[in-house]
Amino acid sequence: MSNERIKELASELTHEISKEIKKEIKTYGKKTFRKGGVHPEANKFAHGMAVETFPLPDQAVVYMTQHLGAPATPVVQKGDKVKVGQLVGEANGFVSANIHSPISGTVNRIDMIADVMGYKKPAIVIDREGDEWMEDIDTSEDIIRDIKLNKEEIIARMKDRGIVGLGGACFPTHIKYMLRPDQKCEYLIINAAECEPYISTDNRVVLERTEQCIIGIEIALIASGADKAIIGIEDNKPNAIAKLVAATKGHPKITVQPLRIKYPQGAEKQLIKAITGRSVPNGALPIAVGCIVNNITTMYVLYQAVQKNKPIIQAYTTVSGKSVPAEECKNFRIRLGTPIKSIMDAVGIPDDTAKIIAGGPMMGRSVANMDAYAGKGMSSLLFISDKEAHRGEVSNCLRCGKCIDACPMGLEPFRLHAFSEMSRFEDCEKFGIMNCIECGCCQFSCPANRPILDFVRVGKNKTGAMIRARAAAKK
Amino acid sequence: MMIILLSTALIWKAVGILAAIGIIAAVVLFFISKKFHVEEDPRIDQVAEFLPGANCGGCGFAGCRNLAETIVAKGTMEGCTCPSNTKENNMKIAELMGIEVGNMEPKVAVVRCQGNCENAPAKVQYDAAFSCAFANNLFVGESYCPNGCLGCGDCERACSFDAIHINPETKLPAVDEEKCVGCGVCAKNCPRSIIEIRNKGPKGRRVYVSCRNQEKGAVAMKNCKTACIGCGKCAKACPFEAITVENNLAYIDYTKCKMCRKCVAECPKQAIVAVNFPAPKPETPTI
Repeated sequence: MSNERIKELASELTHEISKEIKKEIKTYGKKTFRKGGVHPEANKFAHGMAVETFPLPDQAVVYMTQHLGAPATPVVQKGDKVKVGQLVGEANGFVSANIHSPISGTVNRIDMIADVMGYKKPAIVIDREGDEWMEDIDTSEDIIRDIKLNKEEIIARMKDRGIVGLGGACFPTHIKYMLRPDQKCEYLIINAAECEPYISTDNRVVLERTEQCIIGIEIALIASGADKAIIGIEDNKPNAIAKLVAATKGHPKITVQPLRIKYPQGAEKQLIKAITGRSVPNGALPIAVGCIVNNITTMYVLYQAVQKNKPIIQAYTTVSGKSVPAEECKNFRIRLGTPIKSIMDAVGIPDDTAKIIAGGPMMGRSVANMDAYAGKGMSSLLFISDKEAHRGEVSNCLRCGKCIDACPMGLEPFRLHAFSEMSRFEDCEKFGIMNCIECGCCQFSCPANRPILDFVRVGKNKTGAMIRARAAAKK
Repeated sequence: MMIILLSTALIWKAVGILAAIGIIAAVVLFFISKKFHVEEDPRIDQVAEFLPGANCGGCGFAGCRNLAETIVAKGTMEGCTCPSNTKENNMKIAELMGIEVGNMEPKVAVVRCQGNCENAPAKVQYDAAFSCAFANNLFVGESYCPNGCLGCGDCERACSFDAIHINPETKLPAVDEEKCVGCGVCAKNCPRSIIEIRNKGPKGRRVYVSCRNQEKGAVAMKNCKTACIGCGKCAKACPFEAITVENNLAYIDYTKCKMCRKCVAECPKQAIVAVNFPAPKPETPTI
């Protein structure tokens, strides 16, 4: 699809917005973070496509590792009958999340099944029989506005319903809201920036479920104890901005903040900087500057969890690519555990595809194993053509400093790359490798095609292990 | 005239000041060196002379001098020997210290994977940083074997003796037995623990299982033709109880193996290899 066509689509979308709202949006101004960042092609082909419900799979494979932290422990056995929304995996440890059955049927087996990277992970295989939901889940489409639960009950519900951050990292949400007595949340920041190219699920959720999202934010406000919630949204989503502005008009606590387009604006530290101007200190969490950051889709699932007792059993996924015909780039609502092959077949894999990426072209992982299954964090499946899939020839570092300009964390990526390659992990630590957010701006901007991020990731891993070993030795 | 006189006076002044500083510093340093003198065992230097001096770190200490210090301090060579040293030099160290040499079998690195392009064909193409540590974090490997060699050459880059190289045809590391001193740095740098340090064996002959697969047989066979499937035939055939099968993987204990090679003939997947044995026996790849 050409850039002209994308512009056309955008103008088609914006002409529905009333003049008053347009004026109002202008008064908000546009913000962004100052240091670093890059501008990859947006390629938001699926922006205008309504979310379609993907047909239920005949067999679902539910991984126990759909979140950051320890894998969940299976609590069902072979031959057990399960219903939609029934707990099948229990959180194991502090950083972990519950996992619920996405379909109803019989547990076929509990096995080790390869994920998109090809490594075997513990998973529950469920054969589908009909679509029977748990009785305590409200499956109606009615919007429930009254929030009956208090702060503790909401956090308990988050934990119980297995809510994880759907911005990409899948960090268990309830941990963010469990504040120490000396911590106070001033701002609840809602991330609708969606700075990754191609992905349009947040945009669609905002457009189609605006009111539910706002109720979700109200729930999160109660849970966090914050006085103010700010929705940060990049200005390539004019319709979503207009909808949010209209919905939050006159709301005492929630405001909308349009942002200039820049990657990685959806990273929490950058978003906090853009919206509040505060800098999160080294190694600290956003709560250190009085902020909690959550994704807008997380707000929608939070609404479902609190008001309808519905766990996360679906993923919102954009299936897109440059070679895919415009009307075939789609947004799907997929039950977890659906084979990714069936999702790709529904769109049709273009002939020139050389690489498939799960979860955003900048931070996602390329799919090494096509026989994997969808998990909570799978926000997109992208087809990259043969022309674009390969890396350029690597040459020596030019010392041009483009990576330093691009780094939003103010690091020196070329130096970290060199230290990591030479296994000088003490130096890596000294130069702040642990602050890297792995956004990939350095590698994106490198004119010598050096694999900077790859080596920084290796270095970060090994430096982290070194620091942990040192801490353990001290004890 | 006045100017010249003045300048000579200045020069003498400067010389005088510097000389005074020098003498004072010498006296102070003399007393300080007496006061803080550290008694160092002269044997440390002597021991260090018999070490290779490559500072490879294969012994587990911070360089050759640190190893020499440890040997002298502990008064034993058990657990602190240089794996890459020659036998004669180790004997000399032992003689100097008046101690036992300990287990001084020469060692060599062996690569326990035969997943080359033919045995384990690639299903996906890897196109990222040429580093095993990174590839291991990123995905399972081109052949889908989670225990197989990734072929990016972290071992090659780690070797201080130029003894291990990735063979461009097989994409597997090949050890140069002449150069390999068995220091074990390559084994430490392999993210999948494929390289093992084993006894070199008499005349360089040794028998080992050239596989690290721990998956069930049916799964492993899909990925690789020469994967050990843990069938246990070798363990039954071994008359010396040198073979154990654990997690679908056979392992030959080189301290018990008598090199009868019954297991080599028995293995249905050619996963057990015998190297440097004389001709009439079927030829096996030297890896």
